[in-house]
Amino acid sequence: MTQRALILFVGLFILFLAVGWTMGAANTSLLLVQSFAFALIALGLNIQWGYGGLFNFGIMGFLMVGGFAVTFVSYPVNGSFWSSEGPFMLARAALAFAAGALLVVGARNGHRIGIRGAWKTALVIVAWSVAYIVYRSQIDPAVKYIEANAGWVGGLGLHPVLGWAFGGLLAAGIAYIVGRICLGLRTDYLAIATIGISEIIRALLKNMDWLTRGTLTVSPVPWPTPIPQDLQAQGISIANSFIIARLGYLAIVIVILALIFFLVQRAYGGPWGRMMRAIRDNHIAAASMGKNVTARQLEIFILGSVMMGIGGAILVSFGQIYDPGSYQPINHTFLIWVMVIVGGAGNNWGAVFGALLIYITWMISDPVSQFLFNSISAQTSEWGWGAIPEIQSRASQMRVLVLGLVITVALRFAPRGLIPEVVKREGERAT
Amino acid sequence: MSLIEIKDVVGGYGGAPILNGVNIAIEQSDIGVIVGPNGAGKSTTLKAIFGLLKVDSGSIAFAGEEITNSLPDRLVPKGLSFVPQEKNVFTSMSVEENLEMGAFTRKDDFSTTLDWVYDMFPPLLEKRHQKAGELSGGQRQMVAMGRALMSQPRLLMLDEPSAGLSPRYVLEIFDQIVKVNKAGVGILMVEQNARQALAFASKGFVLANGQNRFTGTGAELIADPDVAKSFLGGEAKR
Amino acid sequence: MNELIFFFNTVLVSGTVLGSIYAIGAIGVTLIFGILRFAHFAHGDMMTMGGFIAFLLAAAFSAMGIVAPVPTGFLVLPIAMVIAAFIALGIDKGFYAPLRKRGAKPVTLLIASIGVTLIIQGLIRLFFGSGSYSFFETETKQLFKIPIPIEGVTRTINFTQPQLLMVVVTVIAVLALHLFLTRSRLGKAMRAMADNADLAQVSGINTKLVVRVTWIIAGALACMAGTMLALDVSLKPDLAFNIVLPIFAAAIVGGLGQAYGAIAGGFLIGFAETLAIFNWAILLRPFKDMVPFALPTDLAVVPTEYKLTVAFVILVIVLLWRPTGIFKGAST
Repeated sequence: MTQRALILFVGLFILFLAVGWTMGAANTSLLLVQSFAFALIALGLNIQWGYGGLFNFGIMGFLMVGGFAVTFVSYPVNGSFWSSEGPFMLARAALAFAAGALLVVGARNGHRIGIRGAWKTALVIVAWSVAYIVYRSQIDPAVKYIEANAGWVGGLGLHPVLGWAFGGLLAAGIAYIVGRICLGLRTDYLAIATIGISEIIRALLKNMDWLTRGTLTVSPVPWPTPIPQDLQAQGISIANSFIIARLGYLAIVIVILALIFFLVQRAYGGPWGRMMRAIRDNHIAAASMGKNVTARQLEIFILGSVMMGIGGAILVSFGQIYDPGSYQPINHTFLIWVMVIVGGAGNNWGAVFGALLIYITWMISDPVSQFLFNSISAQTSEWGWGAIPEIQSRASQMRVLVLGLVITVALRFAPRGLIPEVVKREGERAT
Repeated sequence: MSLIEIKDVVGGYGGAPILNGVNIAIEQSDIGVIVGPNGAGKSTTLKAIFGLLKVDSGSIAFAGEEITNSLPDRLVPKGLSFVPQEKNVFTSMSVEENLEMGAFTRKDDFSTTLDWVYDMFPPLLEKRHQKAGELSGGQRQMVAMGRALMSQPRLLMLDEPSAGLSPRYVLEIFDQIVKVNKAGVGILMVEQNARQALAFASKGFVLANGQNRFTGTGAELIADPDVAKSFLGGEAKR
Repeated sequence: MNELIFFFNTVLVSGTVLGSIYAIGAIGVTLIFGILRFAHFAHGDMMTMGGFIAFLLAAAFSAMGIVAPVPTGFLVLPIAMVIAAFIALGIDKGFYAPLRKRGAKPVTLLIASIGVTLIIQGLIRLFFGSGSYSFFETETKQLFKIPIPIEGVTRTINFTQPQLLMVVVTVIAVLALHLFLTRSRLGKAMRAMADNADLAQVSGINTKLVVRVTWIIAGALACMAGTMLALDVSLKPDLAFNIVLPIFAAAIVGGLGQAYGAIAGGFLIGFAETLAIFNWAILLRPFKDMVPFALPTDLAVVPTEYKLTVAFVILVIVLLWRPTGIFKGAST
């Protein structure tokens, strides 16, 4: 780490101490866990953008998928679902899906049996329509049934860390599909496409009540470590139980982050990292040297998404509630971009720093602006202008303004971030 | 005072300089041709004049006025015009619209100039409403030149006007350049077809490594054995 | 027959209105892309901002007692558009021009535009809170009901006055833009710059002027689209946030940089959305006695909640089939 980075991290540490002193240890430990989870997510984005030059604006989708995964895996089993017809009907729907997929694949390979051109296109369209109708005919009644009888599918009752891993896996799957469709498009196009995909994921997860309980939300999602209530049962005071429990959670998060960070740093320094950067800086040249650019980009996209999925799962486990409706692009996509840009794209320390700094700023901007508004309001009341209305909601909207200002100011004065990418070669055009 | 005078110009695209002290001067009656090997800085010289890259030292004067590092859109009203080598027409716009864009800086009625350009390049009159992108290479070059002539320049600069054209069109383009010059427009052009271009050049400049190597009239350069050996590939023509 | 009229009302009327809004918004986006070569994400919030400016002006007009046969929102529209144009110029000068001068990549400008989006959003929420406002608190929306002179038809063709005016205003705007781009010197210079920015500069076209004109047009059109949307539905701070994506989809589908493509794309997506959420089963109702089996009662292609998904599906399909858009705009 450079000297500048060291100073910045020390400054960050002091900020944490200040926050802890004003807001109390319990609150601060909560913020710490969340910021480290975001650090993992930011690391994922840093790989996609900083290493790969890929413009992922659908981070929210991956976080949601990770959250869903851990909820599904770790939430206790819903007996009434498994004892009903539900699993059977779902299995039938899955079969219908598989059959439909086969149908479409078969139609697309129609040219092997001599069907070409317009006929083949017509065949493919017919296949899609039939597959869709058949699938809907199975899934719609299944969904109605499950929602009426058991409420929802329930979970598998397994350990949360397995759920985190599953989150990574699901995210990888989504990344694979999205990547296959979108990679190879211009960067701006990719951005819009990823937003779209994440909106689709959001709409799906929010409305599939049979799978996620939709707006009814799922809680409590279990922790991998003892929760405060468990510690209280052992005789620890209420105040301390929160602090200790959260620190325990934090420990696991930091271990995972450190492990992944170490692996990524190693890869970055080695030939793989160099190749990735070559592709990012000039993919035409890299392609002409025989590197399969799209395949490498897909790799990076999936890798970054896995980290996002795990991070999203960690957050949901920590919050103990899965609420698909609570995901907002501002919190879950843009914020992370700000973290990476302000922190320093292409530099893993920068991404982590950016995540911690921005998250803390984002979270304290609400109480700080409330404080400001209240003070101003007291002043205006004294002057006879009356208090400022709706301080609560306005203060929380201030975050958005602050975030926007941070981005624009950062870009104006430090276009490459606070801990920018270290370029080792001389005279090279750095990003 | 020459129409255009380039003195000891050093400049490039930001890294190492490509021009290392270039000197060129021509009058409005001249057809000036710049030749030389690849990388010599021929096109770079034209771009330097037109403000498309940074000049680090040296001076460029047009009709006595300093124009070093001027912005292109200031130079057009002064009487300079430039035809780039590639992407030199607005492909999505019609031939006539391309010509109109050439006259953008003019505040007066340019219909006489338009007629003159159509006179000079009859095929353009036929295809005036067709999109420039649909024309053949030779016709596109005509549109490019026509566009540059619409501003009634005193100096017309062309970057490799014969590039990519079939031999028949090459002759035609050179013919038209001579015609334009006779009509009172100074010409400064870069050419790869060195021998053919120098044949009608009143002033020739051979550049190498960003510097002048040989200067003279076109005929002199063709006859010079050193020039012929190094740059024209073969024996001098007598 | 009644069902057909219902179809007309729900699909054609809504589709035209939605299509107009998308089209006007998409024109701005596509022009900015064509001339300035970046995806201006803040366009949606410029629309919202435009809506709020019109709202404030309309409230002022009402307070001053000015009434007219058209809703006040339309009356103040020209003034609001002028103000919005100025603000757009200011935003470019403050945020984007400095980055362009330093040779920023399109991607950096996109991120900067996101910053601008958030700032506008924050400011709007700061001053207006997050509730919704209506243009029609003091006046009512005039509803037109046109009866059809055919036997047995009980339904009327319904549309509101704002909707009618919207379509009229859209037509005028599109015509004006067309004339500007094809007849005026500056309009042609804009097309030239979108076609080949370097050659435009070489030809002596004042590129700074063209950029300014682009922002003026984009800002004014964004204001128009935002106000129209607010007049049709209601005015909320996140009004346009949901619309940004269909508008970009419309611009891309029509070919980035092609104004006419944006119009076509806007209507395509507008109609696709209304067609997709329409419950086609209703059209089958007259036939229900003729068929021996029970007809499905719900035959919408997608449920209403997924309306916004439609734009994306279309976007993905078009990008896969024709990456440069239907009208062949800027390529990948």
